[in-house]
Amino acid sequence: MKPEIIIIGGSAGAFDTILSILNNLDKSIDTPIVIVLHRLKNSNSSFESILQRSTHYTVKEIDDKEKIEKGFIYTAPANYHLLLEENYTFSLDVSELVNFSRPSIDITFESFSILLKEKCCGILLSGSNHDGAIGLKIMAENNGKTIIQDCDEAEFAIMPKAAKNIYNKHQELNTKDIINTLNNEYN
Amino acid sequence: MIKLNELDELLFTIKKQFDYDFSDYSKASMLRRVNRFMDINNMKTSVDLKFELINNPTIFQNFINEIVVNVSEFFRDPSFFKSLHEKVFPYLDSYPKINIWTAGCSFGEETYSLNILLKENNLFPKTRIYATDISRNAIEQSKKGIYDNTNFKDYTKNYYECGGKESLKNYFVSDEKHSMINSEFKQNILFSNHNLVADSVFKECQLILCRNVLIYFNSKLQNKAFELFYDSLPVHGFLAIGKKESLRFSSVYENFKEIDREEKIYQKIR
Ligand SMILES: C[S@@+](CC[C@H](N)C(=O)[O-])C[C@H]1O[C@@H](n2cnc3c(N)ncnc32)[C@H](O)[C@@H]1O
Repeated sequence: MKPEIIIIGGSAGAFDTILSILNNLDKSIDTPIVIVLHRLKNSNSSFESILQRSTHYTVKEIDDKEKIEKGFIYTAPANYHLLLEENYTFSLDVSELVNFSRPSIDITFESFSILLKEKCCGILLSGSNHDGAIGLKIMAENNGKTIIQDCDEAEFAIMPKAAKNIYNKHQELNTKDIINTLNNEYN
Repeated sequence: MIKLNELDELLFTIKKQFDYDFSDYSKASMLRRVNRFMDINNMKTSVDLKFELINNPTIFQNFINEIVVNVSEFFRDPSFFKSLHEKVFPYLDSYPKINIWTAGCSFGEETYSLNILLKENNLFPKTRIYATDISRNAIEQSKKGIYDNTNFKDYTKNYYECGGKESLKNYFVSDEKHSMINSEFKQNILFSNHNLVADSVFKECQLILCRNVLIYFNSKLQNKAFELFYDSLPVHGFLAIGKKESLRFSSVYENFKEIDREEKIYQKIR
């Protein structure tokens, strides 16, 4: 069965990669996409509006208990961890930072994969800390599809490398191949 | 580590044994908190946990204190406090006496932040604040009003961002490690235990702050809390919730008007 939610995690150096993935997704794809990107606290950045210009999806910053729907790209708000509930609604959480981060990619990967099992696809991009590695491993162990950005391509390879170091069966792909894979899988 | 399906059973046991009902809390974060608690206390299975909870009276209170999330800060979301100051304070000023309720006050950071703003805007002398939380530990810590110095850089930044003009540290007495809020800021606050799930209205308040508490409830329980707030507010009273929380799906939504959509400040209109 096809994965039902795509979750993209990234930090420093991931933003442009996200834009080019979104820009090149086939217009017929509407699988919900969740983006967890480390951002500045209290930042009123125009992140969502920039994303919106690159995609046929509707981009939406997540509100607590919002229901996941097709055709939407959801972004994790700054300063909250992002979790998934059984009824496919989001839950936000302000508990302690994990890996110096809130949102923490680890938390989201883990929470989504224990509910969705094989019905999710996690993609870990460039970044300069270890967040996401443990979560992506858990996702793989729950039979989810897991992809890391090509460590040679990533602007900051620490993040995908950390994931690779603790689990060596993730697919390691460059941006072009990530796009091709998604277009093949979800069309 | 416990799994989602064991969580329901655990919460059911807790409800029966201790009369604390967490069954309508958000499952995802509850699961993390319970697992964190078990980890810290070296418990392996839900059987271990239940055994300890039932046979060791102090551990249950510990459990309550630990599974709730007390993380807070002074002037969290500066733009919220700015809006409160600009859009709500002028209205509050028209009352001869003001009652404010901060529900889910954690260790007091939010309540004292509010009190500092009230002081700076001369509303302090006529205001009484009721600050409540489900956690006894949170209430005790709030009463002490002592905070780690390490976080004050962030707090000061927040304070300036919301328009503060003084030096935040002037409102505290500090030593090398800690800062304690000046005692005058404690005088008009009544800190007490109150459970939004089980307890009822206790006072009519012109302003209610309940921020970053409802995210831990499912929609049904959120709705129940909204009804409680509705009943505690006079017409024209204000309700402020967390920046990412929403009143939209509640049964009382129609009875409120948006004062600030971004900052989630509402006014009861009927
Ligand atoms: C994350 S803190 C929010 C603190 C502060 N309002 C803020 O926004 O920074 C959540 C607080 O809600 C409290 N809480 C959780 N469930 C509650 C309940 N049923 N009744 C009252 N307080 C509750 C917790 O103990 C915790 O202190």
